Amino acid sequence: MSEFLQQLLNGLSLGAIYALIALGYTMVYGVLRFINFAHSEVFMVGAFIGYYLGKLVPEGTLWGGLLVLAGAMIGCAILGILVERVVYRPLRGGPTINVLITAIGVSLLLQYTGQIVFGAAPRTFPPIFPSANFHLGTLTISSNQLFVIGVAVALMIGLQLIVFKTKIGTAMRAVSLNPKAAQLVGVNNNVVISFTFGLGSALAAAGGILYALNYPSIDPLMGVMPGLKAFVAAILGGIGNIPGAALGGLILGTVETFIGGSQFSTYKDAIAFAILIVILLCKPAGLLGKFTAEKV
Amino acid sequence: MKLPARLLLALAAATAALTAQETIKIGEYASLTGKEASFGQQSHKGLTLAIEEINAAGGALGRKLELFTEDNQTKPGESATAAKKLISRNKVVALIGEVASGRSLEAAPIAQAAKIPMIAPAATNPKVTQTGNYIFRVCFIDPFQGTVMAKFAQNDLKAKRVAILSSVSNAYSVGLAKFFKETFVANGGLVVSEKNFSEGDKDFRAQLTAVKAANVDAIFVPSYYTEAALIARQARDLGLTVPLFGGDGWVADQLLEIGGDALNGCYYSTHFSPENQDPVVQAFVKKFKARWGANENPDAFAALGYDAAFVLVDAIKRAGTTEGPKLRDALAATKNFAGVTGVTNIDANRDASKPAAIIAIKGGKLEFLKTVAP
Repeated sequence: MSEFLQQLLNGLSLGAIYALIALGYTMVYGVLRFINFAHSEVFMVGAFIGYYLGKLVPEGTLWGGLLVLAGAMIGCAILGILVERVVYRPLRGGPTINVLITAIGVSLLLQYTGQIVFGAAPRTFPPIFPSANFHLGTLTISSNQLFVIGVAVALMIGLQLIVFKTKIGTAMRAVSLNPKAAQLVGVNNNVVISFTFGLGSALAAAGGILYALNYPSIDPLMGVMPGLKAFVAAILGGIGNIPGAALGGLILGTVETFIGGSQFSTYKDAIAFAILIVILLCKPAGLLGKFTAEKV
Repeated sequence: MKLPARLLLALAAATAALTAQETIKIGEYASLTGKEASFGQQSHKGLTLAIEEINAAGGALGRKLELFTEDNQTKPGESATAAKKLISRNKVVALIGEVASGRSLEAAPIAQAAKIPMIAPAATNPKVTQTGNYIFRVCFIDPFQGTVMAKFAQNDLKAKRVAILSSVSNAYSVGLAKFFKETFVANGGLVVSEKNFSEGDKDFRAQLTAVKAANVDAIFVPSYYTEAALIARQARDLGLTVPLFGGDGWVADQLLEIGGDALNGCYYSTHFSPENQDPVVQAFVKKFKARWGANENPDAFAALGYDAAFVLVDAIKRAGTTEGPKLRDALAATKNFAGVTGVTNIDANRDASKPAAIIAIKGGKLEFLKTVAP
């Protein structure tokens, strides 16, 4: 029983990070109908900004850690907005496939620029937040795991509030529903799209920092696997759907952890992805997604 | 003014081409960047140092050596491309590489087909030299390393129940886990939990939680340093205090950087220890620091890269030529070659049998524990 609870906790903390990254994929998809493959590299850049900022603040303090987290989120928001402005905006209005391929290009560009700028060898991420381990019977809970879950939940609630309670959130939903109609009623699509990219990238940065806190070895290719998993999580929950992305991330993380701890650990990723295929066969739009027929 | 400059350039290029023709070309493929950059960086530095020394002493057969290096970025698939390029474009007479068995296995068939001898400095998986009669190595193999660590676990750690955590997509890890288990079980030990992960994984809590529930005395982690360091940290986070121990894949400065205090009380086997007070070893450490900087410590892979170059040059001198088949025969006949990692004798399987050193990690420092003879 305690092993079950321990694995559940491990799975939830891993899933919370997938969920944070998945939110960025799903938001951009919701508004622009394309997958921003460079998102996993924004996640990597977030971790590296944290690495450099982490040297400037005292280690293991709450305010220092929050400062680093905020700094990385702002830095990545700027990067996300910049990428959208410089690369994606000139292609808007053309076929989606062009933007998609460009996104893969941006992703590779950031990976290899990262190898030049940061160096290819893995680095040790500093312990920017105070950490401790609690023992609850045979259950061991690390404060980092709780922190990851806490921050992820807080950011997701914040995101829900932004999307459903603010003016810019309403504009985002309007653009998502019908960009032309939104423009007709006075929504500035460019501002809304920039904001979406900034917000999604900030969440990826938070994911990057939380990931690096739990697995303190960072390198320029660190975004590839979590990015892929988060993309899968977004699809699993129903792409374009914010609670769906969160749910998908948590499910994927938990399933992966339970299989990793069983005698089938060799087939961890294979089983996790097989489950995805089964779910998509039964519910093609994802768990919480609404099926809409593609207009031809 | 532009014309003379161009002429000069052309002249310089011509001279360069002329000297290049006279050199003995040696190819190296290594993981200079990427996840296991430390392996490639160290073997490259050892190899470069050796080549510079050999050239300073007049080279071989009256010709200087020239090293061509290709970086495989630690990526699967790149080593084969690198080996092809070195052989067909750079026309190297021999290949040196790699530290990792998996990547050596990729390049070995290409060297074999081209009849270009290849020396793996530190690939310990037996399959590497089984590829063909042109593939050699200057280090011990995993059946020996697995036996050493199994006996160490039983006799020194007094472990009866162990868990094995290995990387399923890594030839070295799978092989070493297998050889360790064979000896450990044959000597009456119990392997109560075997868990796998894949290359690039960073979360091992799932596997470690299951290992913790299995109640073990020690955990064998035959992986590379990036994973080993994270495994140690996550094991301590989960309250697993038993010793972790591994093989030569743990050798890298980054192991302690990433793993930190979590690695105290852990052990690994390796080919060479710079703490060894043997004068030959100390002289090498001094030369290495003089060439690469006082903060640079040579590890096992630097020493093996260094030895690989000298074994190759020794064979070139004995063969009197750089032709593939004759060079191969000379390499196969290498006997009692004294290097910094001990005496190299190439056996019938083109492997070297060498002693293993066991290193203990205490208080954030490496301590040389003992040497185990083959």
